Amino acid sequence: MKINISKIIIFSFVVFLLFIFWQGLKKNNSYDTKSLIGSRISNFQLNEINNNNQYISEEDLKKNKFTLINFFASWCAPCRVEHKYLLNLSSENNEIKIIGINFKDKKNNAINFLKELGNPYTFVGKDVKGKISISFGIYGIPESILVDSNLTVIKKVVGPIDQAQYNEILKLIQ
Amino acid sequence: MLSNIGISLVILVLVLSFSTIYAASLDLKISNRFISENIYKLSLFQTTFTILSFFTLIIGFINSDFSLINVYENSHTTKPFFYKIAGAWGNHEGSLLLWVNILVIFSYLFLVFNHTHNKQFRLYTLIVQNILILGFLFFLLLNSNPFNSIYPIPPEGMGLNPILQDPALAIHPPLLYVGFVGCSIYFSAAIGSLLSNYDGKLFARSIKTWVKISWCFQTLGIIVGSIWAYYELGWGGFWFWDPVENASLLPWFAITALMHSLIVLEKRNTLYSWVIVLCLLTFILSVTGTFLVRSGILNSVHTFASDPSRGIYILVFLSLMIFSALIIFFSKNHNENYNFNLKSREIFILTNNWFMAFFLLTVLIGMLYPIFLDVLTNKKISVGPPFFNIVIIPLVVPFMFLMAIGPKFGWIKSKNKIFYKSLLLSLGAVAINLFIFYFFGKYSFLSNLIFTAAIFLILYSFLDIIDSINKRTKFEFPRAISHLGFGMLVFFIGINHQFSTEEDFNLKIGEVKKTTNYEINFEKIEIKESKNYKSVTGIFKLINLKNSSIQNLNPEIRIYSSPETLTYEAAIKTKITSDLYLTMSNVSRSDFYNIKFQKKPFMIWIWISAFIISLGGFVQLTLKKNED
Repeated sequence: MKINISKIIIFSFVVFLLFIFWQGLKKNNSYDTKSLIGSRISNFQLNEINNNNQYISEEDLKKNKFTLINFFASWCAPCRVEHKYLLNLSSENNEIKIIGINFKDKKNNAINFLKELGNPYTFVGKDVKGKISISFGIYGIPESILVDSNLTVIKKVVGPIDQAQYNEILKLIQ
Repeated sequence: MLSNIGISLVILVLVLSFSTIYAASLDLKISNRFISENIYKLSLFQTTFTILSFFTLIIGFINSDFSLINVYENSHTTKPFFYKIAGAWGNHEGSLLLWVNILVIFSYLFLVFNHTHNKQFRLYTLIVQNILILGFLFFLLLNSNPFNSIYPIPPEGMGLNPILQDPALAIHPPLLYVGFVGCSIYFSAAIGSLLSNYDGKLFARSIKTWVKISWCFQTLGIIVGSIWAYYELGWGGFWFWDPVENASLLPWFAITALMHSLIVLEKRNTLYSWVIVLCLLTFILSVTGTFLVRSGILNSVHTFASDPSRGIYILVFLSLMIFSALIIFFSKNHNENYNFNLKSREIFILTNNWFMAFFLLTVLIGMLYPIFLDVLTNKKISVGPPFFNIVIIPLVVPFMFLMAIGPKFGWIKSKNKIFYKSLLLSLGAVAINLFIFYFFGKYSFLSNLIFTAAIFLILYSFLDIIDSINKRTKFEFPRAISHLGFGMLVFFIGINHQFSTEEDFNLKIGEVKKTTNYEINFEKIEIKESKNYKSVTGIFKLINLKNSSIQNLNPEIRIYSSPETLTYEAAIKTKITSDLYLTMSNVSRSDFYNIKFQKKPFMIWIWISAFIISLGGFVQLTLKKNED
């Protein structure tokens, strides 16, 4: 009987593993930009990059008509490319507030990054370990999430924001 | 035109596979010693047509025949000739055809070169291998056909991702494929051996060359991939514990364990079941890795445009493979009794297996756990380098000590001699480590242990090499080379990790920055127009303040036109003692450029050490004939 039990264990393990793979295949879509759209972002709290006592939470976002949450880092080259669009967005439009989440970065590098390129953000949160960003469904940076005052995601941009994405964001918030 | 030729050839191969299976199962019933001539012929035709079909695809790429969707999507008329050829396997469909090629070629060679072995065993192996071939042929024809045509024929192709146009990357897939797909032959042989109740010792003899070949190529393939990541991706590292790198490590651990226990099976005719398990596991892990990477469950640079139907097909195939392997294994396997002398060589070889199993499980868990968590609880986490470093690195220390001492047991009579030698060498290793520690820099206790163990292994293996040359014990030679390579690898990774320096600053053109050892002159920038991009090249002069030698480094920013993308090309100066690594990126709205400057000591030695590891395997392949 002993051998049978070990056989059963091995077989069930293999079945479990393959089942997980199969489910993983379906799951795959959740990485897609579209599936997050329509969902609401849930409770979170972000500490300010300079000041640990200062933080932002979902209540603060509800005050804004639209909020663009942008994930960036000083070491990320494409982030530099998209930065001008973020600056344009923040200077030309009052409807939208931009929040930056600094992803797996050193504090000084991030501050220098914003000094050089300009700061489009109303608030810069820090995410040194990258865990908060992952809970937002981020799997690489730069990425940006546009939410309305109900905290419903209305757009997600994977990769740097370009002219086309920029125009689309403008259209959405009008 | 090419499309029709290609598809006809593939279908012909398919028919030949069916015929081979049929002919082989008929021949099984005939009880004589020789396999029928027809089967040899079928197998030879099959090989010829498979190779021809691959050449057809290559011709399509060389001639930029955009009537093939595959060529249209992955090539361009202006691509250099070399990369046109490499384009044939630089995509999912083409690489699958290469995969089938290797399955078929190995099948034929195994049939021909093992003519002294039992007929039943060879026929069963041939049948199983052809079932595998059929599985992949159906996948190719139904889901991922490289010969699908497109009409109207587009005038120009879409081009190959510029990041893939690199010599290291052009040879990386074929190397890995010989390594990973080559495992299929002893997967088949293991099942063949179970079905024909073959003798363990003879089985070990029949597969050992194949195991060595695939081990060598896997090792090389992994090294070349890592070199590519270092030079082309420009992240400044050589190993990232990226899911795809992990997927390639899993079969490597299994095959390394297999290579070691095969010695025990061949010499002592024991461990048969375990060797069979490892044979099955190696190929199953290869296919699992392919599944995870190609289906897009794991996200990485290797995820070709992901397509769920592809994933489902490989998953079904994988399930069938695992279940039939398990069923055959459980129904045919006999229990063995193991009784080893505690100090015998076998025990040490088994210790290797325990370590390999541990490394394998660690990497497997690190890779699969995020998928489990995502599926079961919807949480997304990433398992990164800290996990692997914490779990794996401490165990490398005892592992290296055993790698040094283990091979000596059972061969040398005098145990005292080993003891004194080890004592002396470990004292030597401690002394060298302390020398580095005091004169070059301080590091943690664990790093001390790692350096000591690595130096110990290097010294020990080095003496073994000299010993084997003096005493003409050839069988010791390749083993000592590979173990020496591993010791060096750990040592140089450690040095590189401890003594690399990095500076990050902003410079304007014409400015000078002084670091502790270097003066960095940003002399000027040059703007060049290339065919499909514009490049801004920084001309930097680096003056070494210690010996006032001068280095010129030219990092680039490339601006590709459509779609507008920026890529940053690092300037890397490789020298025997260190690498200088410089990247430059533009800072918008200012005249400043952001400069990252790194000095990485003994970088090239990491590759050299890794090459030495695989060199051991190649040496063994060439020695084999004289040995037997």
